Amino acid sequence: MNTAAHQPYQTPHMAIHPLHSVFLAGILPLFLGALLTDIAYYQTYQIQWSNFASWMIAGGLVFAGLALLCGIIGMFRVNAGGKLYVGLILATWIIGFINALVHAKDVWASMPLGLILSVIVMLLACVATAVRFSHRSTGGVQ
Amino acid sequence: MNRPRLYSVLTLSILLSACTSSDDDIVKYGANPTLPEPERGLLPNMTIAEPAPWGDQIPTVPDNFSITAIATNLQIPRQTMVLPNGDILVAEGRGGNASKLKPKDVIAGYIKGQGNTSVKSGNRLTLLRDADRDGTYELQTVFADNLNAPYGLALIENALYVANQDALVRFDYTSGQTRASGAPVTVTKLPSEINHHWTKSLTASADGRYLYVGIGSNSNITERGMEVELDRAMIWQIEAETGAYKPYATGIRNPTALTIQPETDKLWVVVNERDELGPNLVPDYLTAVQEGGFYGWPYSYWGQHVDPRVRPQNPDKVAEAIVPDYALGSHVAALGVDFSTGSMGADFSDGVFVGEHGSWNRPDPAGYRVVFVPFSNGSPAGDPIDFVTGFRDADGKTRGRPVGVTVDPKGALIIADDLSNTIWRVTRNQ
Repeated sequence: MNTAAHQPYQTPHMAIHPLHSVFLAGILPLFLGALLTDIAYYQTYQIQWSNFASWMIAGGLVFAGLALLCGIIGMFRVNAGGKLYVGLILATWIIGFINALVHAKDVWASMPLGLILSVIVMLLACVATAVRFSHRSTGGVQ
Repeated sequence: MNRPRLYSVLTLSILLSACTSSDDDIVKYGANPTLPEPERGLLPNMTIAEPAPWGDQIPTVPDNFSITAIATNLQIPRQTMVLPNGDILVAEGRGGNASKLKPKDVIAGYIKGQGNTSVKSGNRLTLLRDADRDGTYELQTVFADNLNAPYGLALIENALYVANQDALVRFDYTSGQTRASGAPVTVTKLPSEINHHWTKSLTASADGRYLYVGIGSNSNITERGMEVELDRAMIWQIEAETGAYKPYATGIRNPTALTIQPETDKLWVVVNERDELGPNLVPDYLTAVQEGGFYGWPYSYWGQHVDPRVRPQNPDKVAEAIVPDYALGSHVAALGVDFSTGSMGADFSDGVFVGEHGSWNRPDPAGYRVVFVPFSNGSPAGDPIDFVTGFRDADGKTRGRPVGVTVDPKGALIIADDLSNTIWRVTRNQ
């Protein structure tokens, strides 16, 4: 019998801290938005799409950085695996940061590399999020 | 003296930048500069001036010349004009209203700001007078204020024209006046939306019928969108009498200073070219302006060299782009130009003086000096010669940044320095 079902809000039994989940949940829409606006810029040459992409990447990096911090803190807790997750979120952040620098190049100098990186960052963010939310509670009661 | 102090050097040097061609094996100046392949690492090269006070130091001038500061504590002096009676007018101010569109603009704006003066924009004209001709300008008084980032100055008979960042305006002027008699009259509104490049350069045609106004682009390379480049990156010809205007030459990214060549009466311009293509691209240039000519921006540089960053591209415009006359070197930021006269001495009589504000987008700084470009038969002939240097020393300490240069026909060069907020005067020793 799973006692966690009876105490759903008690931290030791939770797979992810609510704050951590908020950070992680922020990553997907931001990097997805960056990818979509990059596609729009690629197809229209309208620079405003690229401006949107730049800010969403910046926002995605903030959330990814905070999620990474949570992941690293979690690593030092008893029984807390999550090395795969930390690796994925770290890769998301690093490639996302490179993508931010690429997007800082003026106009078409950011293309097509910016679009390619946005695809990669989006995929990494998806996998990292899925991996983390699929964690089973490892703290104690089974 | 109130001079900028306490700054930090900010050098973001090359990160993952492509291999940089050596400065030694390239031609920087003249009609056929070396144009390497465009390059840009993940970060742009940024080497920012570290402002320092002059203290006891002064800029360096050639043998047999002297330099003195004739006015200090100004509020960002940019361009100057010598009036017929010998008085000097100084346009002071800082303009621009460009919003920050990307995270990059926030960061780069902060870094570049470290290399500029922190003094407030004067938005005024100051008059300097040396009544007894002893070389000391004992009178320093406000000629007109409440202007909007004035920059270009021109005089046609009794009309004093000032190019504000948003309009060409006219004052009535009588010789000996030290204060404008009233508010100016607007001759023509000038394009002023955003004003990424806000400086409106100005000169009058030799016959006094026309004024020419240089209007810079609204971006480095269209990164604010093509729509905001309407009526930008061009020189307007404005009829002084009516204010009617037409584009005189286009595709000129940032025409920062205009002047008329004596004898030929041709219009000449110094132009600041685009950034972020590498330390040796694109050369800023000096050129005679061909009426109706297109000079490439944004589609191409130095004639038919296509800028790959611009979308959509325009091969027809690239094909018609004119190659400028003379490269001044990449990123020197030429902001002042004036033809010399015989009174400057034999070595410096035939040619132009160019004020070079200095680079930011280059690991090794360029500019930060006033050069003399020698002419022969009405065209540039030979490399630029250092005329005033010592604005920046080897360890990056920068004491001044030259902007406008004006030749006083009585035999002096007037230089506006917008970092130390000083007007310098270079004279030949008798």
